[in-house]
Amino acid sequence: MSKKRHILPGFHLSLGWTVTWLSLIVLLPVIALAGKTASGGWEHFWETVTDPEVVATYRVTFGISLIAAIINGVFGFLAAWIFARYEFPGRRLLEAATDLPFALPTAVAGIALTALYSPNEWIGKYLEPLGIKIAFTPAGVLIAMTFIGFPFVVRAVQPVITELSSDVEEAAACLGASRWQTLRHVVLPPLLPALLAGIIMSYGRAVGEYGSIVFISGNIPFRTEITPLMIVTKLEQYDYTGAAAIGFTMLAASLVIVVIGNKLQSWGNRFRKSA
Amino acid sequence: MASFIDFRNPPGSDRRADSAFRATSEPLWVRRMLIGIVLAFFILFLGLPLVVVFQGALAKGTEHFVAAFRDYDILHSVLMTLTVTLISVPANTLFGIAAAWSITRYRFFGRQALLALIDLPLWVSPVIGGLVYVLLYGRRGYMGPWLQAHDIKIIFALPGMVLATTFVTFPFVARSLIPLMQAQGCEEEEAALTLGAGGFQILRRITLPKIKWGLFYGVILCNARAMGEFGAVSVVSAKISGKTNTMPLEIERLYGDLLFADAFAVASALSLLALVTLILKTLAEWKNRRQFEAGQRALLEPTIEGATN
Repeated sequence: MSKKRHILPGFHLSLGWTVTWLSLIVLLPVIALAGKTASGGWEHFWETVTDPEVVATYRVTFGISLIAAIINGVFGFLAAWIFARYEFPGRRLLEAATDLPFALPTAVAGIALTALYSPNEWIGKYLEPLGIKIAFTPAGVLIAMTFIGFPFVVRAVQPVITELSSDVEEAAACLGASRWQTLRHVVLPPLLPALLAGIIMSYGRAVGEYGSIVFISGNIPFRTEITPLMIVTKLEQYDYTGAAAIGFTMLAASLVIVVIGNKLQSWGNRFRKSA
Repeated sequence: MASFIDFRNPPGSDRRADSAFRATSEPLWVRRMLIGIVLAFFILFLGLPLVVVFQGALAKGTEHFVAAFRDYDILHSVLMTLTVTLISVPANTLFGIAAAWSITRYRFFGRQALLALIDLPLWVSPVIGGLVYVLLYGRRGYMGPWLQAHDIKIIFALPGMVLATTFVTFPFVARSLIPLMQAQGCEEEEAALTLGAGGFQILRRITLPKIKWGLFYGVILCNARAMGEFGAVSVVSAKISGKTNTMPLEIERLYGDLLFADAFAVASALSLLALVTLILKTLAEWKNRRQFEAGQRALLEPTIEGATN
């Protein structure tokens, strides 16, 4: 049977290698995470993940990430729109710069943002007299999360805008729709799934982010601590089951986020084919 | 895009083109305003952080900057970063080629599950990438007692840092090859097979030239992430300067010790790497798109021929 299906050679070698490497690097370690979580027992698990300090980190990680994702939804959509539709000097440069948060190491982003927004520094010194503090407050966490999640929305939305045919817009204009009506009723609906998918992916990235946040947040308990930091703290105390419990919770949360993101994306793709 | 512009300017009908353009675009002031908003966002969020890094690196003069890279601890961190990268990137590249080959060339049970698992490191927190290895190989981990009995150190040493880096950079090469190889199909490989080529001959002579830009794209992204990884590595490293600190960890140490000029000097080196990565990535995307489109054309050709017949 397999001979009929696999014409090209190398099936056993390539798949064998893939599965072995995958097992060593991803599968086995993730099973260890589940195992360690289970070994602590249900009560210990519940106690760890509902500890008040840990619960406070959920508000920061899952709450502020959401605000950051929405900000990125707005600016990411605008950026994708002007990249796809307008011709202006410097467009290619901006397009290439969009991926900077992917390429820039998170620790570098962390110290750079902290330096920008600390009091007496670049932007911080202009905000200080106004009574606005960003570094070492939740606002700083928001800035870092926005930075890190920005490319996702642009990358998700831009190809869909490029693919939209202008025929429907012309038809809408011919039928007497104003530009605003055309945008709202003709252009936006097919873009919505891609936009939501981009926002969700940007959210997922911000939820897991560690490096760029720990510098600017100041890691103040109950105020700016993020959940990944709790894992690091537990590990430093050699509390392996505690760290595993929080890690497992985060893994489950990320899984939910990515499944929703994928569903939205396939919904959007269906839209594209029917359009 | 091209047809869009052509339609706007059909020869000899300027007025119609103008009104059609007006009907399907925004007024000039709106366009200018939107470009202005996006530009401001880019400068504030992406431009200024870069400026701060380079300004911070040169704040105490170029001499101090050069001296920073003569410091033993900083040089050692560069060496550690290069070592970790030189092991994990080639390992993930080989894996990526094998994974893309098996997933795009064959149909088998569990293919979708395999794809999902390859993606996993992309969407979990990097800290989890370090945590899982501590749970396996750490002192109180599953393998801990055995490793200690045999005097093998993985966590808080180089092997752990390589493993954690490999985990977070795991999907990059595979993910950039799979869609490309899917689009290209395998007719040429099959033709080579009928002409008597062996497996590795096909890979070297047919497949690798076909996918080289996609491969390049995946490798540079993998490399950038490997050299800059912080979260995962910080969990498995002992964070001893001059011993187990990579460049991002050294940045954290210097910053914590209030040696800002030195921290930014190391950061500026990594920022340069990021900028070079962005340039190469844009180039690879451009070349890759052409290979990708060539692949899709090849896929479409039989149907076009069928239609004309």
